[in-house]
Amino acid sequence: MRKAFGPIAVLAGVMLVGAPIMVARAPYESTMGLVQKIFYFHVPSWFAMFTAIGVCGGASLVHLFRNNPRADRIAEAAGEVAVLFGLMGLVTGPLWGRKAWGVWWQWDAKLTIALLLEMTFISGILVRKYGGPGSDKLAAAVGIFGLAVTPFVYEAVNIWRTIHPLTSVVPTLPASMGAPFWFCVAAFMLLMVLLLMVRVNLGKRQAALDELYLAYED
Amino acid sequence: MFFRTAWLVLRKDVAIEAKSWEVVTTTLFFAVSCVLIFAFALVKDGRAVGDAAAGILWIAISFSGTLALGRTFERERYAETLRALLLAPAPRAALYTGKLMGMLALLGLAELLLVPLVALLFQASAMFSRPLLLAGLLAGGTVGFCAVGTLFAAMLVRARSRDVLLPILLYPIIIPVIIAGVRGTAALLSAPPDEPTAIMWIGVLTAFDIVFVTLALWTFEPLMTE
Repeated sequence: MRKAFGPIAVLAGVMLVGAPIMVARAPYESTMGLVQKIFYFHVPSWFAMFTAIGVCGGASLVHLFRNNPRADRIAEAAGEVAVLFGLMGLVTGPLWGRKAWGVWWQWDAKLTIALLLEMTFISGILVRKYGGPGSDKLAAAVGIFGLAVTPFVYEAVNIWRTIHPLTSVVPTLPASMGAPFWFCVAAFMLLMVLLLMVRVNLGKRQAALDELYLAYED
Repeated sequence: MFFRTAWLVLRKDVAIEAKSWEVVTTTLFFAVSCVLIFAFALVKDGRAVGDAAAGILWIAISFSGTLALGRTFERERYAETLRALLLAPAPRAALYTGKLMGMLALLGLAELLLVPLVALLFQASAMFSRPLLLAGLLAGGTVGFCAVGTLFAAMLVRARSRDVLLPILLYPIIIPVIIAGVRGTAALLSAPPDEPTAIMWIGVLTAFDIVFVTLALWTFEPLMTE
């Protein structure tokens, strides 16, 4: 993974520079016009968040049942990355909603549960910070339950009456919009992987430093 | 073996509680105080606004439930009795089931008091027009709340600042359950009672219950290992 870091960083950098150009060139949506373009960043940030949640939940399960410090570091990193991308989704969403719905926020099924998911993973960070010894297991439980709730969010928009655009919009995009959209998704995924690697590495250094401190005190 | 252990844990908790009635009385009192606070916040011209009665009922249940969760496990911490329980040669999941049944009994008791109280104070007796559906909603919501709550309260026994962390961890995860309970109860309160909606929410609650109870039974053992 260490070796792949450089190429991924370069590729993600190039793609994130190219993404705005592709978004700018994409055609205007007939009814919403310019504001619709936020969708090219809004949806990919949720994709990145859901992927990070998947990583966090999986790593939490491994840590809980195998007691694996490496999986714990991955879970910690993925939890924080999930919060970050969730925040991007929660910022870009209201910007669009203000223009499309006329209000910043709607207590709609999908919005509510997305906010809950964000709070769940923030609570995971809080328990790590203030839970004292053994809090890694507690955070793992939060990660697993957070992962378990996620499918409900994804389905919520399709089952419950909601004013949020359906997830079935994505496969029916015309090619002129689909190409920049999937390009942005790929760029955000790369960014997610990159952040994850940086954060895991930071955790590793932190653990090594803690061990050195302990060895020094002995 | 499994159910016998769960039954013994439950009987132990009930026997301890029956000596002082500490958790039961404080929980019930707190539940009524919650109803009063929200009555002042959500009553306009002598009547509750909109579906407020459904919301007040579920807020009171979840707040008093959180308080009770904290108290029951505080008792296990004083004399390190939780460690003794965990050392017992019994399936860990059975200990969890016993604790869960205790919480369910306690919250069931609180609901027996809260539901008539809310119905009386907020002119919401329409809830009782479909008693089976109301019971289904209450049971589904309570099981979901207690399944996650018991697991988290048990694992927080050893954590620092556990009093604050319990609601912080618990609420984001169980709010979907509370939403389902409130929307379902509100459907029963509409005139005429909206049965299909209430049944739909009971279905959602059942799905949550299955997921949460399965996960809790599965993760209790590794979570309680030091």
